[in-house]
Amino acid sequence: MVNKGLYTKELEHDSCGVGCVADINNKESHKNVKDALTMLKNMEHRGATGSDENTGDGAGILAQIPHTFFKKELENFGITLPAKGSYGVGMIFFPKNYQVREKCRQVFNKCLKDLGLNLIGYRLVPVDSQVPGHESKAAEPYVEQIFIGINEKLTEEELERKLFVLSNYATHEIKNQVEGQNGDFYVCSLSAHTVIYKGQLKTDQLEDYYHDLTNKEFKSVFAIVHSRFSTNTFPNWKLAQPFRYLAHNGEINTIRGNVNKMKSKEANMSSPLFTEKELQWLLPVTDPANSDSANLDALIELLVLGGRSLPHVMMMLVPEAWQDNSQMEVMKKAFYKYHAAIMEPWDGPAALFFTNGKQLGATLDRNGLRPVRYCVTKDNRLIMASETGAIPVKPENVLENGRLQPGKMLWLDLPNKKLFYDEEIKNEVVKDKPYFDWIKKERVKLRLLPDPEIKEEKIEKELLRKQLKAYGYTQEDVKLTVGPLAELGKEPLGSMGADAPLAVLSRQSQHISNYFKQFFAQVSNPPIDPIRERLVMSLYTRVGESLNILDESALHTKQIHISQPVLSRADFQKLISQKEIGFDYGSIDGTYDPSEINLKGALDRVCAEAQAEVEKGKKILVLSNRNISETRVPIPSLLTIGAVHQHLVKENIRTKTGLIAESGDIWETHHFATAVGYGVSAVYPFKAYDCIADLYADGKLDQGTSLNTYYENFAHGIGSGLLKILSKMGISTLQSYQSAQIFECVGLGSEVVNKCFKGTVSRLDGLTFEDLEKECLIKHASGFDTDNKLLEVGGFFQWKRNGEAHLLNPETIHLLQKSTSLGDYQLFKKYAESVHSYQDSTITLRSLFDFKKRTSVPLEEVEPASSIMKRFATGAMSFGSISHEAHSTLAIAMNRIGGKSNSGEGGEDEIRFAKKPNGDWERSSIKQVASGRFGVTSNYLKEATELQIKIAQGAKPGEGGQLPGHKVDEWIAKVRHSTPGVGLISPPPHHDIYSIEDLKQLIYDLKNANRHARINVKLVSEAGVGTIASGVAKAKADVILISGADGGTGASPLSSIRHAGLPWEIGLAEAHQTLLRNNLRSRVVLQTDGKLMTGRDVAIAALLGAEEFGFSTTALIVEGCIMMRKCHLNTCPVGIATQKPELRKLFTGNPDHVVNFFTFITEQLREVMAELGFRTINEMVGQSNVLKVRSDLDHWKLKNIDFSPILHQESVPASFGKHHQIDQDHGLEKVLDRKLIRDYLNKGENNKTYKIINIDRSVGAMLSHEVSKAYGSAGLKMSPIKIGFTGSAGQSFGAFLAPGIEFCLEGESNDYLGKGLSGGKIVVKVPQKATFKPEKNIIIGNVAFYGATSGKAYIHGNAGERFCVRNSGVEAVVEGVGDHGCEYMTGGKVIILGETGKNFAAGMSGGIAYVLDTDESFRDKVNMEMVGLEQPGSNDINYLKEEIAAHVANTGSQHAANILDDWDHMQQYFVKVMPHDLKRVLEENKIQEKVA
Amino acid sequence: MGAVDGFLKYNRELPEVRDPKARVADYEEIYVPFAEEKTNKQAARCMDCGIPFCHNGCPLGNHIPDFNDAVFNKDWETAFKILSSTNNFPEFTGRICPAPCEGSCVLGINKDPVAIELIEKSIAEEAFERGLVKANPPKTRTGKSVAVIGSGPAGLAAATQLNQAGHNVTVFERADQIGGLLRYGIPDFKLEKWTIDRRLKVMEEEGITFKTNANIGVNIPVNELEEKFNAIVLCGGSTVPRDLPLPGRGLKGIHFAMDFLSQQNKRVSKRDNVLVNHQGVDTKADIFATGKNVIVIGGGDTGSDCVGTSNRHKAKSVTQIELLSKPPESRTQLNPWPEWPMTLKTSSSHDEGCERAWAILTKEFIGNDKGELTGLRLVDINWGKNGMEEVPGTDRVIPCELALLAAGFVHPQKEGMIEQLGLELDERGNVKAENYATSKSGVFTAGDMRRGQSLVVWAISEGREAARAVDEFLEGASKLPSKSKSFYQLA
Repeated sequence: MVNKGLYTKELEHDSCGVGCVADINNKESHKNVKDALTMLKNMEHRGATGSDENTGDGAGILAQIPHTFFKKELENFGITLPAKGSYGVGMIFFPKNYQVREKCRQVFNKCLKDLGLNLIGYRLVPVDSQVPGHESKAAEPYVEQIFIGINEKLTEEELERKLFVLSNYATHEIKNQVEGQNGDFYVCSLSAHTVIYKGQLKTDQLEDYYHDLTNKEFKSVFAIVHSRFSTNTFPNWKLAQPFRYLAHNGEINTIRGNVNKMKSKEANMSSPLFTEKELQWLLPVTDPANSDSANLDALIELLVLGGRSLPHVMMMLVPEAWQDNSQMEVMKKAFYKYHAAIMEPWDGPAALFFTNGKQLGATLDRNGLRPVRYCVTKDNRLIMASETGAIPVKPENVLENGRLQPGKMLWLDLPNKKLFYDEEIKNEVVKDKPYFDWIKKERVKLRLLPDPEIKEEKIEKELLRKQLKAYGYTQEDVKLTVGPLAELGKEPLGSMGADAPLAVLSRQSQHISNYFKQFFAQVSNPPIDPIRERLVMSLYTRVGESLNILDESALHTKQIHISQPVLSRADFQKLISQKEIGFDYGSIDGTYDPSEINLKGALDRVCAEAQAEVEKGKKILVLSNRNISETRVPIPSLLTIGAVHQHLVKENIRTKTGLIAESGDIWETHHFATAVGYGVSAVYPFKAYDCIADLYADGKLDQGTSLNTYYENFAHGIGSGLLKILSKMGISTLQSYQSAQIFECVGLGSEVVNKCFKGTVSRLDGLTFEDLEKECLIKHASGFDTDNKLLEVGGFFQWKRNGEAHLLNPETIHLLQKSTSLGDYQLFKKYAESVHSYQDSTITLRSLFDFKKRTSVPLEEVEPASSIMKRFATGAMSFGSISHEAHSTLAIAMNRIGGKSNSGEGGEDEIRFAKKPNGDWERSSIKQVASGRFGVTSNYLKEATELQIKIAQGAKPGEGGQLPGHKVDEWIAKVRHSTPGVGLISPPPHHDIYSIEDLKQLIYDLKNANRHARINVKLVSEAGVGTIASGVAKAKADVILISGADGGTGASPLSSIRHAGLPWEIGLAEAHQTLLRNNLRSRVVLQTDGKLMTGRDVAIAALLGAEEFGFSTTALIVEGCIMMRKCHLNTCPVGIATQKPELRKLFTGNPDHVVNFFTFITEQLREVMAELGFRTINEMVGQSNVLKVRSDLDHWKLKNIDFSPILHQESVPASFGKHHQIDQDHGLEKVLDRKLIRDYLNKGENNKTYKIINIDRSVGAMLSHEVSKAYGSAGLKMSPIKIGFTGSAGQSFGAFLAPGIEFCLEGESNDYLGKGLSGGKIVVKVPQKATFKPEKNIIIGNVAFYGATSGKAYIHGNAGERFCVRNSGVEAVVEGVGDHGCEYMTGGKVIILGETGKNFAAGMSGGIAYVLDTDESFRDKVNMEMVGLEQPGSNDINYLKEEIAAHVANTGSQHAANILDDWDHMQQYFVKVMPHDLKRVLEENKIQEKVA
Repeated sequence: MGAVDGFLKYNRELPEVRDPKARVADYEEIYVPFAEEKTNKQAARCMDCGIPFCHNGCPLGNHIPDFNDAVFNKDWETAFKILSSTNNFPEFTGRICPAPCEGSCVLGINKDPVAIELIEKSIAEEAFERGLVKANPPKTRTGKSVAVIGSGPAGLAAATQLNQAGHNVTVFERADQIGGLLRYGIPDFKLEKWTIDRRLKVMEEEGITFKTNANIGVNIPVNELEEKFNAIVLCGGSTVPRDLPLPGRGLKGIHFAMDFLSQQNKRVSKRDNVLVNHQGVDTKADIFATGKNVIVIGGGDTGSDCVGTSNRHKAKSVTQIELLSKPPESRTQLNPWPEWPMTLKTSSSHDEGCERAWAILTKEFIGNDKGELTGLRLVDINWGKNGMEEVPGTDRVIPCELALLAAGFVHPQKEGMIEQLGLELDERGNVKAENYATSKSGVFTAGDMRRGQSLVVWAISEGREAARAVDEFLEGASKLPSKSKSFYQLA
């Protein structure tokens, strides 16, 4: 499909459910296959359908070759199959077209002969083509099986290897030789051991489609199944899983870098196991056009057939977090260290199931962000899946219930009938080779080399100033970036959003990195918290040569290891003085004389020199632009880096050398990120150091310490900043981030992108090398050609007359405030004119558009203002970030005009729920559900017209937030259900959204919690947001908000405000186009926001696809905001972004003014509508053909920009709705709660028990809604009800359970138990018939009691990871928890009667945890950053005893009873975990009480 | 920024003034010195706003938050570097600017604004005291020459900038001293004249030539100038005062404010030819207010300078009348922040004793048979929708022996230089210019001559920006700074 719009195929995502059933005794049966298919069907909710409800995203099964079955089948055709294991079976998707298909077959048959194999025959696989939905059917392939025999004697491995070569060889050959739809040819599997049946089907369609699967003779020892949830619905059968070795739930975030590096690695490959010819036929195995999972699968296959064991390969590709793990066993660490020199991690959230046909295993990535639960039964079966309970197992048959932990592996060796746990299998693998000795012998660690003597060279002040200017430093850079980094060692905070132009629209010479925007994770994978979960992250990097990956030797590890990528002066000296030990370096001059050569020519010269140096055997290349002078201009480092990296990749010599940048123009985190992201291992930012030295000499840095400390601070600050950038994409290690190109660029032309940044998504085309050169020369001239005594001002974060242009400037703010306060529409029009004409008017993309002439209609015929204003909302600003006055003024105004205001993240005071006597209403129609879940209770959710899930925020997408303790006063604490004075952290991810199917679940939870409210999912504009939006639409959101990156914030690191995300125009257009392509547009309301300022802006937003519109910054300005950008300091002088009483008094905002604002916006919009001849907004939505690019844009920077992708109109069938027309079917009719409501609330019954299975999800949420509706936040406290359940509960059991409701589950539950518990009580206990020890087995899944505000819980067994994450009030007893227990907890009490995992209490600012620590192992597992460990006092001991007794009473726990029996002895083992913040506040209160 | 919450801790405080009764005995500056610590605290009140409206409100585009921060940190050198990067003469604006910056200071929304002008003056004086104000002649000369006509603040600023660009600059002044209105219009109690001399010395050291008594078009022919110089910048000011052509205008005792002020300024400076005014014209007789009932017609700054001077002359009474209505004490809804506050302003001269009246129309000058002014016929007026209306029954005559006309200036003098150069004028009678270039190639104009009567700070700004235009004209491109352009600006 030729693509003219913004949709980019490479940015598709998918996510899934995965599972397996295996007989540990290695006995084959049809039952195994049948059970696996049942399991698959019970995970349908983890998959999705699009607009065609019968077209699934994909389902599949991998099983052993059913020899007997095939033998019989083929006998029908007179073919006799050879002995089991001595023939191969291929499952092949052939093109539908007969001619193309036969052509493919010919080529395939020829390839087969080339390999010395022998064709036994083809079998047409019997399918029922009536089964797939019509969309899927349109792409249905012609499915055949091929049977391949051998001529010579081959071992099983040899045969498997040949089949592998054949599969790739034939695919390459067909691609090259067959004309027509050859892309439809696809080998699902080709093996002597396994066969895969899959397709773009729903989970329940798989067995109906493939008749083989229901045949009783179809037997296997094990089967792996996979249910796919894709973000799009474009029919594609190939993307279904399992793949040949792998079934994957998750994403590989670093895929671009991994695949790029594979290219050089493949060029280096050799192996005794493959002939040269075979290798030629085989390669390349990876392909950027394939999905991340497919590429990973291909590499696993190569490495396994190349001689490594499967567990070895998995450990090598998806290593545990080993770098900073002091507890890891030495040999294992050596293994990981060694392999890091060969292969960078394929990083990302992943649950991986893998098999070679005889053995199978599963592992989780280092973060463990995907759930895997397993059950070993007494009759020797292993059942393992994303969810528990997908195949019911009788409690008495359970031998063990477990889960995979982060980075851990489970390995089943079927021939040996043995199940290996993580340590057992890994200890075997790490003994393969003497890795430890090899490392000791060959590896060089930079920090351990002796420090050379460094002399600070003094640069004359004036020269320094010239140089700084030539490199592009501004006063703002020094004041806001370099200075604070040196002084504080961290990036400074800022507030409000960006309102300056994109680099390509700016009239100020730009830093090259400004053309790049950081990608961030939203929905399809979670960002990481780089502070609280630092343990999984690593900054280490290396330089040197990478050797043949199919071999292992000591020399493979001969590299220099660098602990972090910001080189000090000493580091750099050391790095370039290691010739004797084999690391010779070459330096490439990255400056040029423009009188001799142009920029492009200079880059060609640089590339040629680099290649020559590599060919001379240089192991390190230093790309330096130090050599500047009056005549020599620095090439922007990033251009040099990109050009050299791409050139070496192209020449297949990239892995022979390491790249280091010696750069004058790299000083802020984003510069470092782009440099590393496009290819260097480390950067020596010498000019930043010179700048710091100069500040130091001038006494501008607090003189408490030495210059060197300031250098170190700088490097440390950049390091933390880099971790943040990695983490917002969900990437853990710098090693895999390096050259992974996790950016999109806006405004660079294809010439530049192809040479320097190949493969990067580039928006809008744009600048050529000639244009970029102008930008370089002007900086150079400013430095060496003027004698201004100051650097240029910059002016990005602070408006300056001679700085960057801003939408919000003295004039626009003044006119907006004056016109709205006077109610003067004519003056408002002047304001609008000023917005659109400021400084040549190219601040925004929309300012470059104009309306085409159309037949107008009279203004009276345009829909009335009252109906338009319903489409307006104000943005999510929390009570806490802004004052009550500022918050409620907006709410009143929005309620007056019928629009919606937004609570923001932070709950809402219940006093606002009732209308005022004068009719005004302070209730926010939109209630936000953000990652902190502050104040999100059943009653809060009930009080909403719309519930907004904030996935990301424009100003800082992919990052969390923090409300410092000093801002948390009594009132805010009450609303947020926390303690006054205790700081609150919003985690970067929602801990119940690690993927798209999780989001679907949260939407389902919220819909159950308030089925009358629309569910809105807030996304931030970035490349691929259209694809995400499609996924979100499939996850059943009612509204999708595409937020522009220039939205505001109350506090954010400055570089995030500037460098992540795109303006709404691009994201909105992409979302509209992609939704339309998928025929999902009519299912959702599309909303946009991000510095909408005028009626014209709204009109353009509508034409680009939006039907609702949000305003935040402008609404605040109408209330009196004057863009202080000091929100984070609590000193807002106009009483808006502050909680200080004396400042709040200064607030002068008035709802009337806000109403005026929206009235004016509407009037202006209506005028545009009349002019353009649109009577309604609905007619207008998506009519981008009404827009044209302004004809008066004559600046050279704009001449190559291509806006057509934004203005592109998708051509779709007339039947596709182009705006919201069809409501989502949320499937709430049959939920279990309907029964509960009927029985309990309507019939008044009590103490009933219900059967439950994993497809019963969010049980309790709807019941609680009814209770909250009737009784408010008090719930049923006065007349409690008790409800029993038996079985395996689905996700979110007991979510938002209201006060007075008690759930008792006998069995087990999945993830998100008691999410948002709002006062109810939950008991989960092991069935009486069970014989396993509850305290040693898992009973509830991950992320239990997330964001719970109050209530009680007794858990009879172990919980998964993140137990009680962000709990702010629940009191719980549990018998053991996984990693990250009590993370971000702010209140409540947790008693753990057993072991915990790692990183306990990270980010825990409030609440108390008690842990029974009988073997004194607990201390090492605690993240001590925010808590202290204490001996419980007598009050604590009483509480413990009471609660443990209650635990026994509720669950019958023998373990707890034993503790009580031996209480005098046992009580000493309890450790109390006390947050420092809480302790301080309690002590202060005590002092105050005493004083009183 | 050093002080995040300085504005919550400190109130606005200005230096104390000398007792009005005492200070009218002399012409010296009225402020008493202010401690450095106090200035630092005043600077700490600056909030370093995301949008520094002050920086926008300042016609020069002074980087106010940046120098405030430096002053807070007692880094006077940096403060001066920042201030002098946009303002050639902070020692003048720090004394006599009405400070539009303070009118638009964000703190002024609900508190007293930051004392920006005080800080500016402090920086300038510290800089002189610390020897930071040094002659900084250009390293190379272009070999081109520029004539600057008029030595008021616009001319001086243009000259300084053009000299910096390496051009040879000659400043022509028709009066006998350099300085224009700074020298002749503003009394010493507001701007002591040594401050001008101090600045001129630096300019001379930098290589600028000054020529006084040089009246272009009168004693120096226009074509001589055109032949000798590569470019000419006209900064002759708006010099034609608004007259009141009423009955009795010919009586003795009716004077233009500038003639009155110029005489006194020369007396204070002990010049000998006191009667020759700022335009080089002989005013024939001394004008004294001593013992007289003085009426100042016009409620502006020039008027209040006349009030202060009359009091120092020991006038019998001083009255200042204004045609427009009395401004409100505080802002109205129609005049919100950050607009220039159209509120009642009381100057130090008013504090020294003066009647003030508003909405008063002068109907007639009344004299005695000697042709001397004895009184003014006045009437109260109401301002309505249709302009002004006299209030019936308020017609009256009040005694007055000296009437000073301080009703502003209408446009530059056309006869002489402007006519001879044949320049186009705009509809207000000012010299018409596009980007400071007049209708004649090579001839530029700046200051009041171009924009009409305005503030000193505007004159400096005009001079700076015009210099850049001249430099571009001469060199093709300019390395001089501009208030709204960065050197990183892409053409």
